Amino acid sequence: MKVKIKVWRQKDQESKGGFKIYDSPELNPNMSFLEMLDVVNEYLTDQGEEPIAFDHDCREGICGTCSLVIDGKPHGPHQGVATCQTYMRSFQDGDVITVEPFRAEPFPVIKDLVVNRKPFDKIMQAGGFVTVRTGSAPDANAIPISKEVADTAMDAAACIGCGACVAACKNASAMLFVAAKASQLNSLPQGQAEKDDRVINMVAAMDEAGFGNCTNQYECSAVCPKLITHDFISQLNRDFVAATVRKSFKSKPSTAKV
Amino acid sequence: MKLDAKIPSGPLAEKWDKYIAESKLVNPTNKRKYQVVVVGSGLAGGSAAATLAELGYKVKCLTFHDSPRRAHSIAAQGGINAAKNYQNDGDSVYRLFYDTVKGGDFRSREANVYRLAQVSANIIDQCAAQGVPFAREYGGGLANRSFGGAQVSRTFYARGQTGQQLLLGAYSALSRQIGLGTVEMLNHTEMLDLVVVDGHAKGIITRNLITGTIERHAADAVVLATGGYGNVFNLSTYARNSNATAVWRAYKRGACFANPCYTQIHPTCIPVSGDYQSKLTLMSESLRNDGRIWVPKKVGDKRAPGDIPEEERDYYLERKYPSFGNLAPRDISSRAAKQVCDEGRGVGETGLGVYLDFSDAINRLGESVIRERYGNLFDIYKEITDENAYEVPMRIYPAVHYTMGGLWVDYSLMSNLPGLFVLGEANFSDHGANRLGASALMQGLADGYFVLPNTINNYLADQLGNCPSTDHSAFDEVEKDVQDITSRLLNNKGKRSVGSFHKELGNIMWTYCGMGRTKEGLEKALELIPQLREEYWKDVNVPGEEGELNQSLEKAGRVADFMELGELMCRDALTREESCGGHFREEHQTAEGEALRNDAEFASVFAWEHQGDGNEPVLNKELLEYEDIKMATRNYK
Ligand SMILES: Cc1cc2nc3c(=O)[nH]c(=O)nc-3n(C[C@H](O)[C@H](O)[C@H](O)COP(=O)(O)OP(=O)(O)OC[C@H]3O[C@@H](n4cnc5c(N)ncnc54)[C@H](O)[C@@H]3O)c2cc1C
Ligand code: SF4
Ligand code: FES
Repeated sequence: MKVKIKVWRQKDQESKGGFKIYDSPELNPNMSFLEMLDVVNEYLTDQGEEPIAFDHDCREGICGTCSLVIDGKPHGPHQGVATCQTYMRSFQDGDVITVEPFRAEPFPVIKDLVVNRKPFDKIMQAGGFVTVRTGSAPDANAIPISKEVADTAMDAAACIGCGACVAACKNASAMLFVAAKASQLNSLPQGQAEKDDRVINMVAAMDEAGFGNCTNQYECSAVCPKLITHDFISQLNRDFVAATVRKSFKSKPSTAKV
Repeated sequence: MKLDAKIPSGPLAEKWDKYIAESKLVNPTNKRKYQVVVVGSGLAGGSAAATLAELGYKVKCLTFHDSPRRAHSIAAQGGINAAKNYQNDGDSVYRLFYDTVKGGDFRSREANVYRLAQVSANIIDQCAAQGVPFAREYGGGLANRSFGGAQVSRTFYARGQTGQQLLLGAYSALSRQIGLGTVEMLNHTEMLDLVVVDGHAKGIITRNLITGTIERHAADAVVLATGGYGNVFNLSTYARNSNATAVWRAYKRGACFANPCYTQIHPTCIPVSGDYQSKLTLMSESLRNDGRIWVPKKVGDKRAPGDIPEEERDYYLERKYPSFGNLAPRDISSRAAKQVCDEGRGVGETGLGVYLDFSDAINRLGESVIRERYGNLFDIYKEITDENAYEVPMRIYPAVHYTMGGLWVDYSLMSNLPGLFVLGEANFSDHGANRLGASALMQGLADGYFVLPNTINNYLADQLGNCPSTDHSAFDEVEKDVQDITSRLLNNKGKRSVGSFHKELGNIMWTYCGMGRTKEGLEKALELIPQLREEYWKDVNVPGEEGELNQSLEKAGRVADFMELGELMCRDALTREESCGGHFREEHQTAEGEALRNDAEFASVFAWEHQGDGNEPVLNKELLEYEDIKMATRNYK
């Protein structure tokens, strides 16, 4: 099979980008979408043209590095898979496929299809952890956790931090990403002590990084390669309200003289 | 060079405590005066950077990835071992230690492995406390599964995403430190060389992958946790960008490279389907808990698997290794698969495949149980092959998966270059000639959370005030070397793409230095690789410019290093005139086709020392002395 790809080319963050159309060489339908881009890039290199920059690493749907909006959809046509798990058999011979970077204010384009997702790290640094000094942990079985709770935490923890949820949202909200991390830790006994600070700080970092508000359209969970459910967003909202209320009632530090 | 592993004296079980008790300490207020550069943010680097910062050191951590969370560790599926004995099935520190040494075919260092087994239990505690969602039983306790090479259930897991969850745990600890300002994190930054001052590793040169800027970083100690080098083979289960540049350039600055030929070929991967293929996908070893491996008894039997009756199937692992069966160690299972395929009994279009069949388990336990245990793996299999493994058996074939070799380190994880520490898959220390499943995650986290933080002080204590300025002439020289390589690659303007060279190198390595190695084959490879390298520098075409994101340039530098490393691997394999673990020299096998070790001559670590480009490296040997374990022929029957 052969396809045409209409690809976003942009030299760097400052430059203005635009689409270019390339004919693919002969392809095998069992190729992955990224292997198709590899083949096109080899071809472009041989033609003396600069290959298309795109992000990837594990190529098995777990590292969250690959991005791409394919025919208008982050991570391509299928539900519950990342771009790297998309195969050419999902397209027809002769198709024109539009390939763009994730588009969102907080994720500026670095080059061609590569965007900068550093703000996600910033959010994590604000509260996406449980404070535990190395070597100070109790025996792992000292705190039993019901299978149900462990499973819920794992469902949330499956997020690969790809940012498709942001790219799909018209407000560029990062709520699904934040909710997934917060819900993982908040649902476990280990995460209780810092629960309030966690949600307040992560949400503040998200706002500061320029992500928009969630208006409950749920475009995010529809494109999420790990099918993270937007129920976690409701959970985050509840935790956030509770934390804000509790914070406003926190007793002031004692001023008594000792 | 005399390699001194500096193993503490005394009984095996007391060595680590003794080391810690006798180690020099750094005063808490002095810790922040030390700059430690950690290269890599995978399990080993991430856990080390977080812990060192927590202890008070000034840490700079860098990764070529766009975020520390994306390190290759994220892809580990199956699990992590620990001697918790939560199953009450007879596990102990000693048994984990013994299994690991035996699994490594008696080619690892006893004292290191014992320590690994000792700290394994702390890792699970640490990770559970961080909120890693390990699988649980209904009673709320942690669940376990079995992995190859063991007869106890000691593997902890988080669905099929154990590496992801452990890495996210380490990343969360690291993120906390970054937020506190104790770790300076540099993403998109690739180490391109090591700076040695007066014989000590005191800095590195990096390239900012977004701007192309070459930068200098001075340090009191440099920690490399840069992962394995299996991508020498081009096709492997590694992430596409995993590479050997950091360890290779450290080797060229004087660090010894140990056992480079010890490569793990994993038995259960999805077979190669075409020439365009960019990577091979692992199907976790945990599948062998419930899947049975077989091929037809008859050569050339092309019937669909369902049409081949039970009595015409050869469950060859169960037949040859009745007590371990489908859970025989990786090297043995891979070789057995190669053997049946070589006999013409392989399945699938290419004949390079064997069946991994779940029908018995599905009949016994029901599809829902199998789905619960391995659902995501079955999904991955479906995406890639378009086949439903609940209905037809999976087809699998061995693929390059892990490298046991790496930079030589002593007991404290310091290389022969003082000040250079090497952790995780990048070092050679714990797995001998074959790694057991679920032991790499254990080693990476042991090194980063528990070992290095207790050994680096012993070096740093004497080094206060020795961190050079980046104006030191050593930085000038190394930076110039880096610039030269970059300009040479970009100005070459040849006709062949980097990728085509990588493919060719990979084919040479897989053919001659893969699952079966021979003297003739390795000699052939040692002719072909230098030729290919010469052609590379003549004819490679690297488009783009220096001062920008240039993925072709990144790849070009990495492949240049692979070409040199590949040669060293073949040289090592040729020199090691025996078979052990993953290193199978066809000349050295038993009548039954098992690896035949030669302990009298080869019970040693081969640590290669660079002598300048174009010169043969010098071979240094560290003798492996077993005090507690008697070396024996491995028996999994
Ligand atoms: C598919 C797969 C499944 C696996 N499953 C298991 C399992 O179930 N259990 C198990 O125990 N093991 C498993 N392993 C092995 C295990 O995952 C790895 O050995 C381990 O994670 C390596 O960790 P690491 O920290 O040493 O290196 P990595 O995770 O590879 O991290 C390397 C780090 O170094 C950085 N880096 C490298 N070079 C440079 C440079 N030059 N400059 C800057 N940064 C650099 C990278 O950016 C990265 O951050 C699996 C491996 C694979 C391939
Ligand atoms: S929630 Fe889903 S879409 Fe968003 S970052 Fe996580 S995995 Fe990606
Ligand atoms: S490349 Fe890792 S998730 Fe796609």
